Amino acid sequence: MSAHLFDIAHMLAGGLVLVSFMLLYQDRMFALLNVFALHAVVLSASVAWQGFVQGAPHLLITATIALVLKGIIIPLALRRMVVRLGIHRTIETVVGIGPTMLAGMGLVALSMVVMLRATAEADPLAREDLALALSVVLLGLMMMVTRRNAVSQVVGFMSLENGLVLAATGAKGMPLVVEISIAFSVLIAFIVIGVFLFRIRERFDSVDVAALDAFRGERQ
Amino acid sequence: MTALPFDAPIGALAAVLIIPGAAAALLVLLPGYWLSARLNVLAALATFMAALMLLFERPTPGGYLFVDDLNVVFIVLATLVGFTTSAFSASYIGHELEIGRLTPRYLRFYHAMYQTLMFSMNLALTANNIGLMWVAIELATLTTVLMVGIYRTHEALEAAWKYFILGSVGIALALFGTILVYMAARPVLGEGQDAMVWTVLIGKAAGFSPELLNVAFVFLMLGYGTKVGLAPLHAWLPDAHAEGPTPISAVLSGLLLNVALYALLRFKMLLAANPAALAPGPLMVSLGLLSLIFAGFMLYRRRDIKRMFAYSSIEHMGIITFAFGMGGPLANFAGLLHMVMHSLTKSAIFFAVGHIAQAKGTQRIADIRGLTQSHPVLGWGLVLGVAAIAGLPPLGIFMSEFLIVSSTFARAPLLALLVVAGLLIAFGALFLRLNEIAFGEPTGSTAPVKASYVPLFAHLALVAMAGVYLPAPLVAWFQSVARLLG
Repeated sequence: MSAHLFDIAHMLAGGLVLVSFMLLYQDRMFALLNVFALHAVVLSASVAWQGFVQGAPHLLITATIALVLKGIIIPLALRRMVVRLGIHRTIETVVGIGPTMLAGMGLVALSMVVMLRATAEADPLAREDLALALSVVLLGLMMMVTRRNAVSQVVGFMSLENGLVLAATGAKGMPLVVEISIAFSVLIAFIVIGVFLFRIRERFDSVDVAALDAFRGERQ
Repeated sequence: MTALPFDAPIGALAAVLIIPGAAAALLVLLPGYWLSARLNVLAALATFMAALMLLFERPTPGGYLFVDDLNVVFIVLATLVGFTTSAFSASYIGHELEIGRLTPRYLRFYHAMYQTLMFSMNLALTANNIGLMWVAIELATLTTVLMVGIYRTHEALEAAWKYFILGSVGIALALFGTILVYMAARPVLGEGQDAMVWTVLIGKAAGFSPELLNVAFVFLMLGYGTKVGLAPLHAWLPDAHAEGPTPISAVLSGLLLNVALYALLRFKMLLAANPAALAPGPLMVSLGLLSLIFAGFMLYRRRDIKRMFAYSSIEHMGIITFAFGMGGPLANFAGLLHMVMHSLTKSAIFFAVGHIAQAKGTQRIADIRGLTQSHPVLGWGLVLGVAAIAGLPPLGIFMSEFLIVSSTFARAPLLALLVVAGLLIAFGALFLRLNEIAFGEPTGSTAPVKASYVPLFAHLALVAMAGVYLPAPLVAWFQSVARLLG
């Protein structure tokens, strides 16, 4: 029986990595937000499954928070924001999609090599989960680097935090404090970002971060 | 240590957290600049008093909070600088209100955020749970992001955005490291609470999986290192210092960088307690040296006065990280002393710079000339501060830098040469600029400015005193902490 439990846990964690790859090649704002919602749904399923496998019902709270907040509320709010700002057609990447995908594969390979080697003694469920979680974190990081648009950077950051939630729930018996704090911090982060997006809009009529680059480093 | 002569109604440890927390809640409700600025100072003073009581009262470590010889140094320093900065802030912010850079609504927000920041820093310093410490540092980051962006100008928004993105990524990496430490501890300590408690972790660290600890430390070093402002992860720091209100620059440089460094030191101790794990020292030494030398060169190209001192903070955090990376009783002692001296001196410099920028109406170095003639007290205050920060004898920083260099010479002469080179590069840049700012024909406004000189000169007096004479109990205290650090 335990073999099936592991398989499903792996499938869900692996699915999260796959959706992270899907985030990398989206070039439309709405599509990006849809894929991010999918990311959160997969995360939520994975966390719920972990709760079931570990017999830890409190993980269901984390799963629900992920589903409701990151799967529904935040994508909807960002979508409204995108419509209001009129930027739904544009997305510009710094690097082309091909090289980005290749680099992404490299990052996943790297995290596998590092984590599997470092966790030789831990139990198999946790160690492979951790390796996949690190992949999600690194892919999110890369997305933040390769996107210029503030909204897609925010999406990259949130996918990174999803990877952290995956890692935290994979670590068996980790106190709930941390999980709640993560969900909470996403909320705060969202508020902060929301404030900034609107302020940026007010001042420059653009959420393209490049518009902020006019000022770089020094005032002459 | 000895017990208190009287019974405190609540423990000093709780007071250090409750006072700023309650003050923040109260300040949200209070309208009016006059009252809230005074309440801010009062709350900061009360927190400082409570922190001083921690020197005599050591509560037993709980699952979430604890106090030991190491963190009490940081707490006392943080609350002291928090108090003096609030006094400086009262006069600084009053002026900003007069010239209309800040509205009363933002001021209310500013004061509430100031106390929230104090609360989160004290929480991070007293946390006995690595998860709780992470949460507190995250809270501190978010509060400072909001404060940096408070002027709502183009530059302030960019600085806040940059700080937010880089800070969040750093914080995220640190969380991953924290989870890995838990994973390493779980097989030994079992599931749940215990595997995240410092006082338990440090005792059992020898049994943890060394590979996991190594990977964890790399993440923690990058994560918290971003918050310390170590090169090449420093990009947020100069912008955040230059564009926010000056009291926030003082708190950032004087306190928040130290808090992140404290987190790093705790994890370093954890790694040091495991004989099979990677030695954390060389990693810290190389990042520290890189920051020192990089910031030294960058100092030459600065045109903005606050940005220049922000780079000087990177330089000094590099020196401190270097010293702790070298390890050993003498280098640790020197690092600790340097940290205290840097916090006091750098916040004093920012107090002076804040009033100077208000008096001249600009932060551009080219537009600030002949300060010692137009504003003699501020000008000479700045000269004294820069002399201290550059490491001129007989001031405090000279002593700590001398100790760092001499202890390094005994063990790794080549590294000591690099440190000396970095110090001299920075020294040259600072005096080049200081010469332009302080002396020569005065330019710009010569109108007197309402300034509070007490915090500025109180800090400088402490630094000057420390350079000449360190009280024996202080030396004994720092020595015991240095031994604790290994």
